[in-house]
Amino acid sequence: MSVKIKDASVPVIPFKARLSRWFGRNLLRIYMVFGFTYLFIPVAYTFAFSFNDSGKSNLVWKGFTFRNWQNPCGAPEVCTALGNSIKIGFLATLFSTILGTLIAFAIGRYKFKGRSTSNLLIFLPMATPEIVLGASLLSLFLVFKINPGFWPTVIAHVMFCISFVVVTVKARIASLDPRLEQAAMDLYANEIETFRRVTLPLVAPGIAGAALLAFSLSFDDFIITNFNSGTLITFPKFVYVSAARGIPAQANVIGSAMFFLALAIVVAGQLVNRKKSR
Amino acid sequence: MGKGVSAGTRQLVSIEPIEARGDLRLTRITKSYGDFKAVDDLTLTIPKGSFFALLGPSGCGKTTTLRMVAGLEEPTVGSIHLGETDITTTRAYQRPINTVFQNYALFPHLTIFENIAFGLRRRGIKDVNEQVAKVLSLVELPHLADRKPTQLSGGQQQRIALARAIVNRPALLLLDEPLGALDLKLRRQMQIELKWIQREVGLTFVHVTHDQEEAMTMADTIAVMSEGKIEQMGSPADLYDNPQTTFVANFLGQSNLIKGRIDGGDGDNLVVDLFGQKIAMPKSRSHAIDNSLYAGIRPEKFRISRVGSPVRGNTLTGGRVEDVSYIGVSTQYVVAMPWGQELMIFEQNDDGVPPFDKDEEVVISWEPGFTFGLRGDEDIEAGTEVEPEEQAE
Repeated sequence: MSVKIKDASVPVIPFKARLSRWFGRNLLRIYMVFGFTYLFIPVAYTFAFSFNDSGKSNLVWKGFTFRNWQNPCGAPEVCTALGNSIKIGFLATLFSTILGTLIAFAIGRYKFKGRSTSNLLIFLPMATPEIVLGASLLSLFLVFKINPGFWPTVIAHVMFCISFVVVTVKARIASLDPRLEQAAMDLYANEIETFRRVTLPLVAPGIAGAALLAFSLSFDDFIITNFNSGTLITFPKFVYVSAARGIPAQANVIGSAMFFLALAIVVAGQLVNRKKSR
Repeated sequence: MGKGVSAGTRQLVSIEPIEARGDLRLTRITKSYGDFKAVDDLTLTIPKGSFFALLGPSGCGKTTTLRMVAGLEEPTVGSIHLGETDITTTRAYQRPINTVFQNYALFPHLTIFENIAFGLRRRGIKDVNEQVAKVLSLVELPHLADRKPTQLSGGQQQRIALARAIVNRPALLLLDEPLGALDLKLRRQMQIELKWIQREVGLTFVHVTHDQEEAMTMADTIAVMSEGKIEQMGSPADLYDNPQTTFVANFLGQSNLIKGRIDGGDGDNLVVDLFGQKIAMPKSRSHAIDNSLYAGIRPEKFRISRVGSPVRGNTLTGGRVEDVSYIGVSTQYVVAMPWGQELMIFEQNDDGVPPFDKDEEVVISWEPGFTFGLRGDEDIEAGTEVEPEEQAE
């Protein structure tokens, strides 16, 4: 802290000029506050209403309580739905991250016939409307006489997550200096060791980011899931179905918890990164 | 730390699977990319223990040559031998050769210690700690072992890259424009240091650079490359005093090349006609293949004098001072000759004679023995149009 000393000889700047200067300096900050307010009001609302002492419907504030947080599985089926979503999310993340990373390396590192075509096609699932993907996947499953349910949903999720994984990991690979791998080879590391000790550790943050992205995409997917999951209830489906009758406060509890979990992961990641680069 | 280990008595660590040591021999190497020949029928021997420089402008094939020696590229035609062992097709990690990369290529996720230990660990060397500590003290940065590369300055990174390579005691150390990213002052300091380290560790250094001054400062032998071929190879003094092509004459320092005809000779000397004025030069210093030649004289070999004052050696008259630049240690003159050419003259400021004025009529003279003769059918501009600061690749 510095001590401010008033100096009488300093000319006084008129109030109007000072005000406009203050605005000039802080315009970006003001804009930022508005921007974040806009983004976080729904989250704040969800969080606040997770403490609502609601009856059946959670639309009107009726009083503060911790009961919902103490008993998040209180509403019927909410935790079954959550469990399904986590299982599907985990499997979809696992498969799409492995497959997507391999594709990203192939496209990012090697020249082969059809490379630019693959590069283009990988974007298609991202660009196609989900409703089209969901409907066509369902008819495809039915043609092969596969009943909608858990595994078809996993397969569907892997399919659309792969694109995002490829794009994310590829960006990381593109930023990787090929000379680092050459340096490893030059220093007596064979291909496998080079991959394990240099390439993979350097691409790992990209892969981790891709996995997080895949999980969050899978976790909150509704449209494709709705087509392919049959009678299986996932968390987004649960919320959608209960919206007609009134969403239980437990859904807010789970939604808020997911938000804070994601926030914690991001903050932890940032801290680790900062520590590493120091 | 172990006792009784000194650098001098230390045995060379074994490198598997190749244990070759000796001269590096490139035999008729060609590297083509489609129709383009990056390296064109190159034959070269680099003696063991020497400090060898491959010098040339960007795109001359010097980096490609280095990468083939490192094992990062395979030659299209030709063979590479290290000692008696053919290493043409062996993988980079099997060769007892290490590289200091341009921009260093230090592993950003590893500490300085682990960066240096990388090669030792891959080869299963036991006393990693000791060897890393020793090489860190050789480059005078032992306190940085636990840092990450991004926390180091450019000069420090450069030394770590060097340490990471020499800790392996390779048969051959390749340096790819290692000082290119450093500022001028640091570069000068590192040039001296590199040379000292080379003598200290006794390894063969092959240094690729586009900076002629850097090559001349450090190397015992320089090979000047242009368009995938070696133009000339020799000691720095050799190349400077007796260039064999216009490219070398222009790329290494500055040259005045004057078009002429060989007009007879006597014994060891040639008489050359330069636009009607006769000069003499040693026959042995002419590389002309017929009567047509360029007489080459370095700017500092010229003497400049007033008309009428006594002169020795070869003389050229009719010059007029076009431009004078006083730069302290010397004065640089541009003198316009009657045939329209402008000659560059560097005159030491050691004789108390006041500088010549612009437009003053002068006589140029020099010792005949300093003249070199180049083929008259070569491009007089070769080697001048290259941008020396441009980076390879």
